[in-house]
Amino acid sequence: MVARIVSEPMLRKFPGLVFIALTFSLLLCRSSLVWAQESPYIVTYDHYLEEPGSLELEYFSTFGTQRGGNDFDAFWTEFEYGGTAWWTTEVYLAGQTTFNDSTIFTGFRWENRFRLLQREHLVNPVLYIEYENTNGADKILKEVEGHDVESDYADSNAVLRKEHDHELEMKLLLSSTFRGWNVAVNPIVTKNLLPSEPWEFAYAVGASRPLALKASPNRCNFCRENFIAGVEMYGGLGDTRSAGLHDTSHYLAPVVAWNLPSDWTVRLSSGFGLNDNSHRLLLRWGLSREFSGFGELVGRLFGGRP
Amino acid sequence: MRARFACFRAIGRNGLANIGFVVVGVSVFGMAVLGAVRAVAQKEDAGARKNKSSTYAVLAEVPEKARERRNPFEADTQAVVAGGKLFEQHCADCHGRKAGGARKGPSLLREEVQQATPGTLFWILTNGVVRRGMPVWSKLPEPERWQIVTFLQSLKLQSVDSQPEEPGEIPAVSTPLPPLGLLE
Repeated sequence: MVARIVSEPMLRKFPGLVFIALTFSLLLCRSSLVWAQESPYIVTYDHYLEEPGSLELEYFSTFGTQRGGNDFDAFWTEFEYGGTAWWTTEVYLAGQTTFNDSTIFTGFRWENRFRLLQREHLVNPVLYIEYENTNGADKILKEVEGHDVESDYADSNAVLRKEHDHELEMKLLLSSTFRGWNVAVNPIVTKNLLPSEPWEFAYAVGASRPLALKASPNRCNFCRENFIAGVEMYGGLGDTRSAGLHDTSHYLAPVVAWNLPSDWTVRLSSGFGLNDNSHRLLLRWGLSREFSGFGELVGRLFGGRP
Repeated sequence: MRARFACFRAIGRNGLANIGFVVVGVSVFGMAVLGAVRAVAQKEDAGARKNKSSTYAVLAEVPEKARERRNPFEADTQAVVAGGKLFEQHCADCHGRKAGGARKGPSLLREEVQQATPGTLFWILTNGVVRRGMPVWSKLPEPERWQIVTFLQSLKLQSVDSQPEEPGEIPAVSTPLPPLGLLE
């Protein structure tokens, strides 16, 4: 289908451009839309899942500085679907452009989140399980694990893409909301599926709050309640062979989300490396839109009852 | 990084075995997840079909302490309007634009809901009814949840036909709804 719409040379020359164009075409599709109240986190997860039957389409971009190599812009698209009120599944497609080098597709991820308790508690646990099939040129830095450091990304795409990673990643998403504040803590464990590879550890923590807790009576773009601001911190904690903070990288990132009445959510984040092993700057932005009733639509297409 | 290249070399040596391991693992995991989800969804559907009044039985499960909570926006007309806006944004997709119910969510104009205490509605909104498909809404700040409760209670007690409202249609109510402005 893609090959028919876009000529092959164009796909070869500008894969990133085609990827972005397709994503934005989907984002602009008309459908039944619902207002999203999205958290501002880009790396950290809170315990809120996608609404049942809804599909959320998200595009994210990360500009990163690179010492000893070329700066890069990594991008990914997420298709997040609410299976039930306690299960959300999501597929990511990722790519990156390394300046003065090339643009390549770097792989996919499939994640599932399961709400473990039916009701709200002081701390709400959600189990996160993800399968990753990526190559070594993947630079979205959605998870910084084990001994991942800046110099890992300095080689050219031609060299990095030769490496393949098949990983299982598990997180326990612990999150609490009180007086408008959300605090989320995500301990992370990753296992490369090769038996010889160690288990890697990581963390992500975040705190956020809407700028106003009470809704105004009018529909407005710039009302304070439409903005949620916060901060997140994430990094690696070594692996089973060498646990600890040495040779690890860490980031601190102020984040903000703008939930627009026109059903769009814009997220911004500027992550600052906290040690010499970290990229100096990771500038991220994201755009998302939620499509309600997607499950019913698919059901009807396959002959289910309307 | 060296470890990662070692990983690549190992995949080269044992390529088929590794790929097979991944495919089988992911397939088994996927089937287990889908099977579990299907089983639970069927159970939820069966439970919901068994007795329509049981849809509202969850109101009786609300703890006594939560029922007694007072609505800080009681009789606040601004809160009704703001609550109407929030309802349209977050709730109308499932419960219908006029709260009369739709395919996914029950009518909120029914006597059971309208006679519930503000604290009961607030608790349901906060905790959701996860087993029946209603997500938790504690991500909305507490004042916003109370605004939605204020809006719901501003809808006069209705005697509504139990047929679900078609999306976009006005529900069959015996008395007209109050002017909501935002929902028109």
